[in-house]
Amino acid sequence: MGTPQRPLSPHLGIYRWQLTMALSILHRMSGVFLSFGAVVMVIVLAAIESGASQFQTVQSWLSHPIGLILLVGWSFALYLHLANGVRHLIWDAGALLEKDTANRSGLFVIAFAVIATAATWALAWS
Amino acid sequence: MAEFSLPANSIVKKGRIFEAPATAKNTKRFKIYRYNPDDGQNPSVDTYDIDLDTCGPMVLDALIKIKNEIDPTLTFRRSCREGICGSCSMNIDGMNTLACIKAIEDIKGDVKIYPLPHLDVVKDLVPDLTNFYAQYASIQPWIQTDTPPPPDRERLQSKEDREKLEGLEECILCACCSTSCPSYWWNSDRYLGPAALLAAYRWIADSRDEATGERLDELEDPFKLYRCHTIMNCTNACPKNLNPAKAIAEIKKLIVKRRN
Repeated sequence: MGTPQRPLSPHLGIYRWQLTMALSILHRMSGVFLSFGAVVMVIVLAAIESGASQFQTVQSWLSHPIGLILLVGWSFALYLHLANGVRHLIWDAGALLEKDTANRSGLFVIAFAVIATAATWALAWS
Repeated sequence: MAEFSLPANSIVKKGRIFEAPATAKNTKRFKIYRYNPDDGQNPSVDTYDIDLDTCGPMVLDALIKIKNEIDPTLTFRRSCREGICGSCSMNIDGMNTLACIKAIEDIKGDVKIYPLPHLDVVKDLVPDLTNFYAQYASIQPWIQTDTPPPPDRERLQSKEDREKLEGLEECILCACCSTSCPSYWWNSDRYLGPAALLAAYRWIADSRDEATGERLDELEDPFKLYRCHTIMNCTNACPKNLNPAKAIAEIKKLIVKRRN
C-alpha cells in the first residue's frame, strides 16, 4: 500500500503581498537589470573613446524612445538599489527591524527612488 | 532552484458550495482549501456560507461550526482556542496566523483559508510539519553547560539577563513565520527558517547557556542562516508579535563580532 504523493500547499499565488516582500524581490530584479546597464555603460565609454561618429551612433540608439525608457529604468533601478542597499546595511547593523520601521523605511526607499529619478531627468532636459 | 508554480497534483480545483439556510440574515462566505488523500483527486476549494448570527467571533469558531453542523469531514488542528498552543496556524486572508485569534470581522470580503504555504498537505488544513520540527530539534533547544551547577540551588540569572529573553521565549512553534518566508519556500531543505533561528538565538542569548560558540559554529553556513534576505514576512506574520527577523540579524552580528 503506497501513500499517494501529497500535494504541495499553495504559496506565492495565495500569499498577500507585503511591502517588504515586494521591495525584496525588486531589489534583486533591479540588481540584475543594473548589471545589464553596466554593459551599456561600457559600450558608451568605448564609443566615446572610439571617436565622434561611433559615439553619435550609440547616442542615436539611446535617444530612441526604447533607449530612453531603458535609461529612465536604469536610473530608477540605480536609485532604488542604492537606497535599499543602504537600508540593508542599516538592517545588518541591527536597526529598523521592527514591523513599523521596516515598512516606513520601505516607503522612504520608494519615495527617494521616484523623486531622485524625476530630479535627474528634470536636470537632464533643462 | 525555486519552483514558482504548483506541481500537477497540487493544482487547486473548484469545489462544492454549501449555502446558508434561507433564514440566515448575516452571512459570510468562507472559501476553504480541501484535500482528501483517499479519493485520488486534486485539492479543491469548497465554499461555505456561514450565518454569523449563530457563529462565534473568530475564524476558528467558524471552522468548528462547519465541522459540527455542515461538513464533518473538514479537517484541521486546534486545541487551546486562545493563541497559546499554536495548533490552528493556517493561511487566512492571505496571511499566516492562528485561526483562534483572528477575528472574522477583521476580514474584508470572502474569508479564504488555506493550509500553511509550501508544505506537503496531509489532509485539508493539516500540513506535514515533520521537517519543521526536525529543524527545531537540530538547533538543540535546551541548555548546554560545561561548568557544574551550584550544589545548593538552580543556575540563577539576573533580571537584566532574563530581560534579554523577552520576545524570544514566547515562541509557540506554530510555524506561521517559517512558512510565510519565500526563502524558506524555495530552500526549506537546507535553510533553517525564522522559527528555528529565533529558537537558536533564544539559547545564544541565554546567560546560563555555555555553548554559544558551538551554536554559532553550527549556524555559520551559507544555507542554514544566510538564506535570510530580510524579506520580513516572518515578523509581519507572527501571531505572537515576536520578531524573528531581528533575532536572525542579531545572530549574524554575533558571528561578525567574534571574528575580531
